[in-house]
Amino acid sequence: MASESLTAQEYIKHHLTNLTLGWHPEEGLTFAHGAEEAAEMGFWALHVDSLFWSVLLGVLFYRYFRGVAEKATAGVPTPAQNFVEWIVDFVNENVRGSFSAKNDMVAPLALTIFAWVFLMNLMDLVPVDLIPWAFGQFMSLFGADTHHVYMRVVPTTDPNITFGMSFVVFFLVLYYSVKMKGVGGFAAELTMHPFGKFGLPANLLLEGINLLSKPLSLSLRLFGNMYAGEMIFILIALMYGHNLVLSLGGGVLQLAWAIFHILIITLQAFIFMVLTIVYLDMAHQTDH
Amino acid sequence: MNINITLISQMIAFGVFVAFCMRYVWPPIMKALDERTAKIAEGLAAAERGQHEQEIGRQRALEVMKEAKTNASDIVAQAQKRYNEILDEAKRDAQAEADRIKTAAEAEIELETNRAREELRARVATLAVAAAEKILEKEINADAHKAIVDSFSKQI
Repeated sequence: MASESLTAQEYIKHHLTNLTLGWHPEEGLTFAHGAEEAAEMGFWALHVDSLFWSVLLGVLFYRYFRGVAEKATAGVPTPAQNFVEWIVDFVNENVRGSFSAKNDMVAPLALTIFAWVFLMNLMDLVPVDLIPWAFGQFMSLFGADTHHVYMRVVPTTDPNITFGMSFVVFFLVLYYSVKMKGVGGFAAELTMHPFGKFGLPANLLLEGINLLSKPLSLSLRLFGNMYAGEMIFILIALMYGHNLVLSLGGGVLQLAWAIFHILIITLQAFIFMVLTIVYLDMAHQTDH
Repeated sequence: MNINITLISQMIAFGVFVAFCMRYVWPPIMKALDERTAKIAEGLAAAERGQHEQEIGRQRALEVMKEAKTNASDIVAQAQKRYNEILDEAKRDAQAEADRIKTAAEAEIELETNRAREELRARVATLAVAAAEKILEKEINADAHKAIVDSFSKQI
């Protein structure tokens, strides 16, 4: 739904700008009126939309699972319990299959990642313009210019969100590496393989890349997939409102891409979970 | 696309959610799952036990039936034997009764015969006298021989 007053570039740019709250050098504490202003705010700015949806979905996940967990019985399960148990069992099986050490934190971590990332990705299937448009209309009630009211509803298209999660996983990997192997053991793992102690610089380079690639691969894979998916939805949305053929074609494409995207969002959540389990398993391996 | 404080906020949110999930979500659900597993295993074991017991019961029933059959044929054989005995006894009794009746009848017949014989003997004497009288009437006067006849009569 490209509105008349926007060019295609402006439309896309509008969709890719976060609702940013921060301290602008000239205007003080305010919502950014554009990508440039948001960039000028630097590090001490908050993507209110990403964080809002992310936390909202996280709370949704937690409330739903907690509600079931509170009433969980060993007897005949309710449909909700059945559903939750299905997911929990699925996650638990993955953890048992890939994680050989003993750690009670890994399975809940994996469940949180899977459910939460899935829900955040799921926001991609909400029509791209619906929530931003509704939010713009709502804010215009307070006299805001809708062109400067931004709203990105898919948190996983924001690298802050994906990196935030992968960094936590990365810190956990570091923590358990040190805890399981000791500082010396972890250092040895980074420097003594694969070429022995005389190839130390090469070892450090290889193992360092190996280590640092973990959070990068986790977050960038998720971010890249979701960003690209979002972008395609936006591009398809550009087809609407020109003429009948383009609109119908856009509708068909939108449907096809949405159906295909169901696979992607599930797969991305699954991959994030499995890789987290695998990385933590590697951190727990002591026989190196 | 800027990396900013959102990153750290998300890390905190993630940590909090993981902690809550680990504390309040995972253990109760796993507990319920494990309990159900135990329950099902128990149920299966009970079913197996029940089947086993049913098998034993079936065997027992077969044994009882076999025993009952043996008993029944024993009883039938016994009844047959008893029947034969009763039959024999009845035959013996009947035979004895018949013998008794026969003996009695024979005795009676003997008696009757003797009586008839006595009667006949008495009649024979009279008849003989009558016949003799007829014969003698023509030849002898009754008065003349009255004394003799009377002496005879007196002898009887």
